[in-house]
This record gives sequence, C-alpha cells and structure tokens, in this order.
Amino acid sequence: MAIGEHHKRRRGRNFALAGVLLGLVALFYAITIVKMGAL
Amino acid sequence: MTDRTMAIADIPVEGRVADYVALLKPRVMSLVVFTGFAGMYLAPGALHPVLALTAILCIAAAAGGAGAINMWYDRDIDARMDRTRARPLPAGRLEPGAALGFGVTLAVAAVAVMALAINLVAAALLALTVLFYVFVYTVWLKRRTPQNIVIGGAAGALPPVVGWAAVSGDVSLASLVLFAIIFLWTPPHFWALALYRTGDYARVGVPMLPVVAGKAATIRQILGYSVILAPLALAPVLLGGAGLGYAIVAATAGILFIACAIDVRRDRGERAARRMFGFSILYLFAIFAALIGDKALSMANLGAW
Repeated sequence: MAIGEHHKRRRGRNFALAGVLLGLVALFYAITIVKMGAL
Repeated sequence: MTDRTMAIADIPVEGRVADYVALLKPRVMSLVVFTGFAGMYLAPGALHPVLALTAILCIAAAAGGAGAINMWYDRDIDARMDRTRARPLPAGRLEPGAALGFGVTLAVAAVAVMALAINLVAAALLALTVLFYVFVYTVWLKRRTPQNIVIGGAAGALPPVVGWAAVSGDVSLASLVLFAIIFLWTPPHFWALALYRTGDYARVGVPMLPVVAGKAATIRQILGYSVILAPLALAPVLLGGAGLGYAIVAATAGILFIACAIDVRRDRGERAARRMFGFSILYLFAIFAALIGDKALSMANLGAW
C-alpha cells in the first residue's frame, strides 16, 4: 500500500469520526435539554 | 535506521470507513435494532423521542461492537471459511488490534450512554447482551458444543428486552415472551444456514449440529423447534398485548415456517435449507412488524381490529 493510499484512508476515517463526534455533541446537547425539562 | 524509511512490511494496514462498517455486521445489527425498537414500542410508558433515539443508537452500537469483537476473535476460522473469508480481518484490510479497539470502544460507550441517559436496568441488560455474546458464545461455546447457538442465542434474544427496559425500567412477562420467541427462532435459523455451510464449519472444526450429528438429526431438531415456535408466537395474544390481526399473521407465518422445515427434510440438496434461512429472517421481521402494527392500529382505535 502506497503512502498516498494511507493518507486517503486516514482522511476518510477522520471525516467519518468528525461526523460521529459532531453527531454525539448534538445528541448530548439535546439529551441535556430534555433532561432539564425544557424540550 | 536513522532516516524515516520503513520496510513495506512494517507499515500497518489502515482500514477504510467501509471496512469498519463491515465489522459491525450491518445485517445482524439491523435485525437487532428492529427487535430492540419493537421492545421499546410495545412497552408500557413513553420515552421522549430524543431519549428513544439515544436508546436505539446505544443498542445499535453495542450490537455492532459485539459483532466487531466477534470478528476479531474468530478471524482465524473466518479466514478458512468460504462464507467469511472476505471479511475485513481475514482479508487483511484491517489490523486486528484496530478491530478489537473499535468493538470494545463502541460496546463500552453504548452501555455508558445507556446508563447515563436512559436507565441502569437497560444499561445492565445491554452489558449482559454484549458480555454473553462475546464470552459465553464466541469465546466459550462456539467451538466446543453443538448447542453453541442455542445457548448463545440468548444474546440475540435480549434486544427487545433491553428496549422494553429502556422505556418501562423493568423486565416483564411480556418482554420475556419476546425474548422467548427469538430464543426459539435462533436454532432453526442458524441450523438452516449450517445445513448448507456444513463443509465450511467442518473444515475449521466448529461443532455445528450438522457437522456433529448429521443432516437428518439437524432437520429433526429444526422441525421440533419450529413446531414449538409457531404456537409460542401467539403468546402475546394470550397476554392481551396483541389482537386478532396479529394472531392471523403469526399463525400464518408459523405454518409457513413449519412448511419450510418439512421442505428441508424432503430436499436432497441445499436449496430448501437456503430458502428456510431466508424465510426465517422474513419470519422474525413479520412477527415483530405485526406486533408493532397491531399496537399502532389499536392505539389509533381501528374498531374491530
């Protein structure tokens, strides 16, 4: 596997992870609002 | 070496997103999510939609994590089985350590979030699901006994119990009935698969029933379980949790299930076994969809339903 391929895959994984993390941030924020009784 | 060159063999394999997704066993995960959702929907009480979504995500993540751990542990036999040699680990697309870390992280995070956001009962049951699947089934029983998938099937039968507990905070007779349906469904489902993959399992020494006891004995057991499963699926009606509409669907599906099993006995080759495996998935989906539909329609007050 060439180094370029590593970079492509790493970038793909990084984007996926960023998406998951952003989703979790949004989810935890929503859960907090719900638990506070405000939603 | 003082410069930054590395031998090609030293560069670890780096997986693509698709490889990590494959680790989750997406098709198994879908069925787990569906039955888990059914447990949540059928339970008395209500969860805020955001919390319900959270619970579903936790169930999905735990199931996926358990699947990844299983793929990590079984990568040696997966490599020698036709059915599984294209998986990410046997095919060398991922480092084993990456798969294990991925699976463990998902499972731990799923249980933690379930405990913090939903309730401890659901979290404990979710943890039990993962631990049972990994340690009781994958590590202990799978390679040691033909009853491996019978006992191990308890792990796959737990998701509706988990979903139910997420909403109601408890385990009830009704949720245990859902457990029982999947538990009795699991042996015919997997033994149908094993009937047309006998060579695979035999080659790697996994004592699936057809390998150990032969085709005829396996078919007898499949038929036995089918005959018990079909009427058991009507139990929700007796508990007052489902109505006539569900009863009709469940009875019809049960008869077809038994018919498939009889077909397998008549068939010389593997066509009927493959059909049974495919139908078993449809069966489970139909049963749980009918339970959901029945409750939805009765809640919408559709008269005689």
